[in-house]
Amino acid sequence: MSSQPIIEARNVDKFYGNFHALKDVSISVHHGERVVVCGPSGSGKSTLIRCFNALENHSSGTLVVDGIEVFEGSKDVRKLRQEVGMVFQQFNLFPHLTVLENLMIGPMKVRKVSREQAEETARKYLDRVHIPEQAEKYPAQLSGGQQQRVAIARSLCMETRIMLFDEPTSALDPEMINEVLDVMVELAETGMTMVVVTHEMGFARKVADTMVFMEEGRIVEVAPPEQFFTAPSSERCRMFLAQILEH
Amino acid sequence: MATSGTASLRGLPIPKPPVHQQLLNSVPVAVAIYAIVVGLIVYGSFAGAQNMGYNWQWYRVPQYLYSFTDDGFQWGEITIGLVATIRLSILSFALATFLGLVVALLRLSGLVVGSAVAVGFLELIRNIPLLVLLYLFYYVLGPIFGLDRYVASILTLAVFHSALISEIFRAGINAVAIGQWEAAKSIGMSTGQAYRYIILPQSVRFMLPPMTGEVVHLIKSSAIVSVIAVAELTTIGRNIISDTYMSFEIWFTVAAVYMVVTLILSIGVSFLERKYTVDQ
Repeated sequence: MSSQPIIEARNVDKFYGNFHALKDVSISVHHGERVVVCGPSGSGKSTLIRCFNALENHSSGTLVVDGIEVFEGSKDVRKLRQEVGMVFQQFNLFPHLTVLENLMIGPMKVRKVSREQAEETARKYLDRVHIPEQAEKYPAQLSGGQQQRVAIARSLCMETRIMLFDEPTSALDPEMINEVLDVMVELAETGMTMVVVTHEMGFARKVADTMVFMEEGRIVEVAPPEQFFTAPSSERCRMFLAQILEH
Repeated sequence: MATSGTASLRGLPIPKPPVHQQLLNSVPVAVAIYAIVVGLIVYGSFAGAQNMGYNWQWYRVPQYLYSFTDDGFQWGEITIGLVATIRLSILSFALATFLGLVVALLRLSGLVVGSAVAVGFLELIRNIPLLVLLYLFYYVLGPIFGLDRYVASILTLAVFHSALISEIFRAGINAVAIGQWEAAKSIGMSTGQAYRYIILPQSVRFMLPPMTGEVVHLIKSSAIVSVIAVAELTTIGRNIISDTYMSFEIWFTVAAVYMVVTLILSIGVSFLERKYTVDQ
């Protein structure tokens, strides 16, 4: 891990009208670091990572991602998003395009890569997520797990340096969760910088370098997984873990 | 354990609906009622015309649709008028679609000026009767900008329908899930690219049905330009009547021609709709 953080948030606050969604959040993520963010719903986890690629704009504080300062109306937002991939809870594949076209449209239209090269990249990453045979299908013809793996491949095709995952398995049927988590574990092994919002604590134990626990818009606890799971310092975090690790 | 299946229904049969409801819902009864209503209307108008001593001359109508003369086959005046109506409608609709898209995008742009201009335009157009708008274009803007009657007609129809079409665009665009925007943006697309490659192609299926309605509406409202004597179906119908006094036959024919065209259009688009839903 290099010393210069690739994501650095300092005293970030976010308001939706009067609702205080992020309260004085400071966090740094280094190259190749895998951060897992957990916490009860409404605690600001999603809001935080959506700020990282400017899908939400924070209200105050400093946020620098991959050397680009993020703020509302910044000219560099598109440059930033080309370096930061995002995987959504609801997959958000483009339903009017085939799987292959879903993967090719970003590189072709945004990176201005040739069709041949875009297709080669697309097939490579479709291989990586283990569904090369689904290339010509439309998203609606795939299972949820397959759709989410296509969504991961779509982000990979942009050759991003950072990947954000916003509850990537929460909308999946239980038997499909593992196929997506396996792909994410493999991705982690390639050294990709990842920030993952999830409640999959098995996955977190396996890949996380750093665990982050949020509650009511605040970061309550930041710790390496061994410490986080065995001896969390805050009572609230202990209770949360007890609840989700119970079953 | 109970087994399910048609062979071994174990539950009690469901009670039947009341007899009068069963009768009303049956196809033969519905068709009969429909036939009686239509028959009464046709008979009523025919009998009324007889009482007026109207002299029906249907045999004179076909020559206005087509004719065989010494020169060979020729289209009649009504057919030529229909072609003019279709041409006028296509030009107006093309312009209206373009204007409508611009207004919708302005309204959705999030710019205060953009949406103010769009809303102002919409309210202005929607609250002026089409006929008055036509007079404005022909008698006021016409002399100022040197518009001839044909151009004034196209502009009137285009501007009037662009207001309605922009609302269709807006609804269609808003019907695409917000997640599609987020996905497009998160792979680095600009707003323009997101519209072009992701949002608009998906809104087509939401927009097709109301858009068809709008084309039908435009074809029908194009009849209004007959008041400034632009040569199209309605104008030609009126001219034929002033020559022949066959007002019943010609108006029936003109109405039927409009109906045939718009029905063909609706059927064609419903095929297109089916194609778009299959592709999803």
